[in-house]
Amino acid sequence: MLLAVLSGFLLAIVVPLLHRVAGKYIGWLLALLPASLVAYFSTFLSQVQGGPLLLEYQWLPGLGISLNFLVDGLSLTFALLISGIGTFILIYAGSYLAGHKYLARFFVIMLAFMASMLGLVLSDNLITLFVFWELTSITSYMLIGFNHEDLEARKCALQGLFVTVAGGMALMAGLILLTIMTGSYSISAILASGDPIHQHAFYTAAVLCLLAGAFTKSAQVPFHFWLPNAMAAPTPVSAFLHSATMVKAGIYLMARLNPALGEGEFWSMMLMGFGAATMLTGAWFAFSSTGIKKVLAYSTVMALGTLTMLIGVGTELAMTAFICFLIAHSLYKGALFMLAGALDHETGTKDISRMGGLRKAMPVTATIAVFAALSLAGLPPLFGFIAKELMLESLLDAPLWSNLLVMAAVASAILIVGVAGLVAIKPFFGTPGDTPKTPHEAPFGMLIGPAVLTIIALAFGLMPFLPENALLKAAVASVYGAPVDFHLALWHGINAPLLLSAVSLIVGLLLFRAWPRIQPTLNAINYAGSRVGPEAGYFKIMEWITVVASWQTRMLQNGVLGIYMLVLVAVTFGLAGYTMLDKYGVHFTLNLADSHFYEWGIALLLVASAVFASSTHSRLGSVASMGVLGFGVALTFILFSAPDLGITQLLVETLTVILLVLVLFKLPEFVNLSTPFQRYRDLAVSVFAGITITLMMLAVLDIQYFETISTYYVENSAPLAYGRNIVNVILVDFRALDTLGEIFVLSLAALGVLSMLKLKAEDQHKP
Amino acid sequence: MESLMAYVVGIMFTAAFYMMLRRSIVKLVIGLMMLSNAANLLIFVVAGMTRGAPPLIPDGASGPVGIVADPLPQALILTAIVIAFGVLAFAVVLIRRAYEVVGTDDLDQMKDTDT
Repeated sequence: MLLAVLSGFLLAIVVPLLHRVAGKYIGWLLALLPASLVAYFSTFLSQVQGGPLLLEYQWLPGLGISLNFLVDGLSLTFALLISGIGTFILIYAGSYLAGHKYLARFFVIMLAFMASMLGLVLSDNLITLFVFWELTSITSYMLIGFNHEDLEARKCALQGLFVTVAGGMALMAGLILLTIMTGSYSISAILASGDPIHQHAFYTAAVLCLLAGAFTKSAQVPFHFWLPNAMAAPTPVSAFLHSATMVKAGIYLMARLNPALGEGEFWSMMLMGFGAATMLTGAWFAFSSTGIKKVLAYSTVMALGTLTMLIGVGTELAMTAFICFLIAHSLYKGALFMLAGALDHETGTKDISRMGGLRKAMPVTATIAVFAALSLAGLPPLFGFIAKELMLESLLDAPLWSNLLVMAAVASAILIVGVAGLVAIKPFFGTPGDTPKTPHEAPFGMLIGPAVLTIIALAFGLMPFLPENALLKAAVASVYGAPVDFHLALWHGINAPLLLSAVSLIVGLLLFRAWPRIQPTLNAINYAGSRVGPEAGYFKIMEWITVVASWQTRMLQNGVLGIYMLVLVAVTFGLAGYTMLDKYGVHFTLNLADSHFYEWGIALLLVASAVFASSTHSRLGSVASMGVLGFGVALTFILFSAPDLGITQLLVETLTVILLVLVLFKLPEFVNLSTPFQRYRDLAVSVFAGITITLMMLAVLDIQYFETISTYYVENSAPLAYGRNIVNVILVDFRALDTLGEIFVLSLAALGVLSMLKLKAEDQHKP
Repeated sequence: MESLMAYVVGIMFTAAFYMMLRRSIVKLVIGLMMLSNAANLLIFVVAGMTRGAPPLIPDGASGPVGIVADPLPQALILTAIVIAFGVLAFAVVLIRRAYEVVGTDDLDQMKDTDT
């Protein structure tokens, strides 16, 4: 299993090599991987009937971290969809992007994306799930922005990334809250524990965070705008993103956690409310758009809303409908997107209103499109019909808001029938349109995927017991949290859902007939709405971020050294001072009895020279008093048992004064550059820092935490190092390497000084 | 003596920071010198100050006689003094060079990269 999940990444590494070998058959070659993954995952079909399967791999056994994979009905459904549709997408892409300059690069990202998606749906650990979740965001960003020379594509890719990654942040918080509530990182353990999570104090917060992640990823209102923009990607990407991956990740997460979180009413209300709103929004925009990819993209939004809503309803029937709708949608959406790409590829336009009568030129495409669209519209004998009937039935006896949900579902069903007409009737029938290219049939590689997916949808529709027994029962059980007994059939007799379907079909077809006349009006409404919609909000936020960023840069990175220093000193001593105040307190102690009068003299000398050096207006006075300060320090060293320090200090101080006098007197006189306010501000900060240092020194002198570590040096100086000046022995023997480093530093400084003195300023005046 | 020196070192730090916050680059360097002196003194003071007992071992003995001053902080400070001198020499030459090139000693006028 580990190999199966990671194989996409591994293969991605060698794609550029394979591309050289395989040439234009690269798509077919690479498709072997997902195809064999389908076969591999199929071997689990019989095992998941008995319940979830946990495959464990030790990752960091010392830390108790293992890489576990959870295979149950739900994750297996997703894994099969991802690898199955992935197979055809790869074949299709090899044909669609044939001869593209960056074909190899495309397949690298695509395989990595597919592997991330597989990892996401199969992970048992919440952290690994999150890692794969973010990986899908990043890889899809690269896929959407694949045409990176196109400004629009880059913008759309960035939008998708921002929205999904912002949601990812919330998701991480939600997963952490979930772990705090359940005490486990393992999904299977969380699902099996049966704890009443919905009574926990964090429940609402966790649900909000998790849903923020899922809703952004799965393009629920109000985050739906990024998905249609993601069509900037090459069509194979859109087909994959919309049908089985990426946007389904959020759906997967909600379905996965539903048994654990679904008992709370808050969860169902959130999901039903947002799901229904998304369903209607998607259906509306799908029907009012003209670009064929845009129409399909919005119909995906509709489907995602429906799926979310069904999870929210949460009954056994709703969960059955959820799984069926999920599979049906993946099949027809994958097929339709690939066909849309074929249309675009062969006619040169994406605009539906310019297409017409293409069935003569593209008979195979037309046939497949009609069948796929039947599934989209939810008409027999396709699997989409079964899914839609189940959905209506489950909404009719939903425990909450039943009437509202049914009305919303019928309204969107009407619009979707119209959409299906737009996709399958408008381009292929009626009067021939005016297309930039002379249309001809798409190549085999671009048709096989849609054909197979549609045939599967047809087979599932005619023989629903096939998927039912193989997978659906296990899948529904893992979403519902308990085994569910159901029986799928194409014909249920004449009942309420069938009547609702009939009504929506008739009204939908009428709407479709009226589409050429009402579309401009719809478009105008949408245009007016776009100024206040969530996408406008997104752009407002983006603008605001730029404004804040430039303001912040101006404030913090202003290039004025004084401000940097001020902030550094204030923050450092503010924090240190606060910690000391908190842990130790403020104790001004002063012991006057233990000092001799001449030591007082030195102390006063030090203070006076420091104050004078920093307040005088004369450069010479300042430098001279610095000399006094240095000699005062040397005197202190000598008086308090440090003769070596004293000697060194004297030498260095003499050299320093000479150096300053020699060099600094080539610089201008002191002038007052700062305002009084600046001076008082700097003085206040400096005094604060000085007081903090004094307090810290007093605190250090007051408490001794450790014994001195010098004992070793004192005891071993003579016996081991044969030296009687212990300070010197430490420097040249015990810590000789440090001293060597010091010598290097000095040599480097000397080299720097030398080179700067040698490089005279005259080279500045050369042109 | 240590408590008295704590106040002295605090005042030296105050003066050093104040000078380093000035806009004149010469004052910055003077502040830097004062800062290194203050820091050396800080280490010296908090390690404890002992009068008239340098860490030396008399001829023929294997260890010092009686209690002597702690040699370790002295070794650290000795290194610090020398390094500080290296840094100062470099800084002084650098600002001289900067003044030659830029023509000002006002740090606020040196904030653009293209001067």
